[in-house]
Amino acid sequence: MTSLRAEIRHQFEPITLDVRLDLGNGLTALLGPSGAGKTSVLNVLAGLLRPDVARVTIDDVTIADTARGVWMPPHQRQIGYVFQDSRLFSHLTVRQNLAFGRWFAASRREGIGLDDVVSLLGLHPLLHRHPAKLSGGEQRRVALGRALLSHPRLLLLDEPLGSLDVARRQEILPYLDRLITELRLPMIYVTHDWAEIHDRAQQVVVMDHGSSRVSS
Amino acid sequence: MFTLTDAEREVIWLSLKVSASAVGLSLPLAIILALLFARCDFPGKRLCEGVIYLPLVLPPVVTGYILLLLLGRRGPIGAWLYDAFGITLAFRWTGAAVAAAVMGFPLMVRAIRLAIEGVDRHLEEAAATLGASPWWTLATITLPLALPGILSGMVLAFAKALGEFGATITFVSNIPGETQTLALAIYSLTQTPGGDTHAMRLIWLSLAVSVAALLVSEALARRIVRRR
Repeated sequence: MTSLRAEIRHQFEPITLDVRLDLGNGLTALLGPSGAGKTSVLNVLAGLLRPDVARVTIDDVTIADTARGVWMPPHQRQIGYVFQDSRLFSHLTVRQNLAFGRWFAASRREGIGLDDVVSLLGLHPLLHRHPAKLSGGEQRRVALGRALLSHPRLLLLDEPLGSLDVARRQEILPYLDRLITELRLPMIYVTHDWAEIHDRAQQVVVMDHGSSRVSS
Repeated sequence: MFTLTDAEREVIWLSLKVSASAVGLSLPLAIILALLFARCDFPGKRLCEGVIYLPLVLPPVVTGYILLLLLGRRGPIGAWLYDAFGITLAFRWTGAAVAAAVMGFPLMVRAIRLAIEGVDRHLEEAAATLGASPWWTLATITLPLALPGILSGMVLAFAKALGEFGATITFVSNIPGETQTLALAIYSLTQTPGGDTHAMRLIWLSLAVSVAALLVSEALARRIVRRR
């Protein structure tokens, strides 16, 4: 059972989050309208945005405590991140993109392998292509696989269905469901669409302009 | 049939050797400085940039003379190089390479810097979340993505080195077989009565070398871009 304790306050992009969550081995949704600071929260958790105040512990490991000057750099956090815009490496093939995080994960612990991820996400036909030659949905799937292969202890998903049309969403959803049921990995899923998560999320954190509350 | 005389072959070989050495010499330093300029803020950054871009605006003869003052056998750096390593630059082909490197350096730094600034920092963030340390990210993401710019910086510096005249002749003089590159040899021939035919041959040769260098770099750049 992974537990997350996060207290985040930031003036520049006004966000306030103060939650204590048992993430379990499933999906925690971070729900709220655009501009509520959901992505900023993910960026703070991943170590990409340093807010005015942050105290974040995962399983009793402090990854950020601004009051004490603690700020673990992103590459040491073991937090996977699937960005809204996928951010695949354009100079590498799909296979190389997938394998990128494994270089650094190998020494950490055993986990899911390349072949497992390829079959889980149906990536086999794409392996030798470059990201520019993929559709939006395919790019999202590769980004998901790449994050999984870095063997994160927590996976952040920023609107993984955002900016995709209905057909593409239907293409990704089954993969996402398999991921949730088969991998049992704690995940934080950001969305503004209740329909996406209502039968998938174990718990929901609602963020609305400077406040947040947890509901199950 | 166009056959080269030994003297012409020597001039071309020397020019290529000087230019290639100049590019090889400046590349590592140019990458480091381009990274610093593109990604770091430090006191004296403007001044540093100014000094490096100086050879672009100074008359090349002035740059050559400054090199002679600093790197000549009696110059502060030149004397140290000789005492510590037994290296002499003045009036040697190595000095010609240094002069060419200094003249091409601003062009190289500028091209690489622009390329690094053009790299999407979001991709570097993504690499970090996958566990790559900043050095790994630099080696596997930033520099490979900046490769076309690095290549064009190398081509610019090579072209500049191939045509370099003023700084070279001032610093290392015009010694056949040692420092007489294509440009210097053409100049000498045009100053010699009856040397025009010879000069013309070298002019055609320099044209051929430049076009060949450009074609090779274009082909390389296209290969890199096509792979993306």
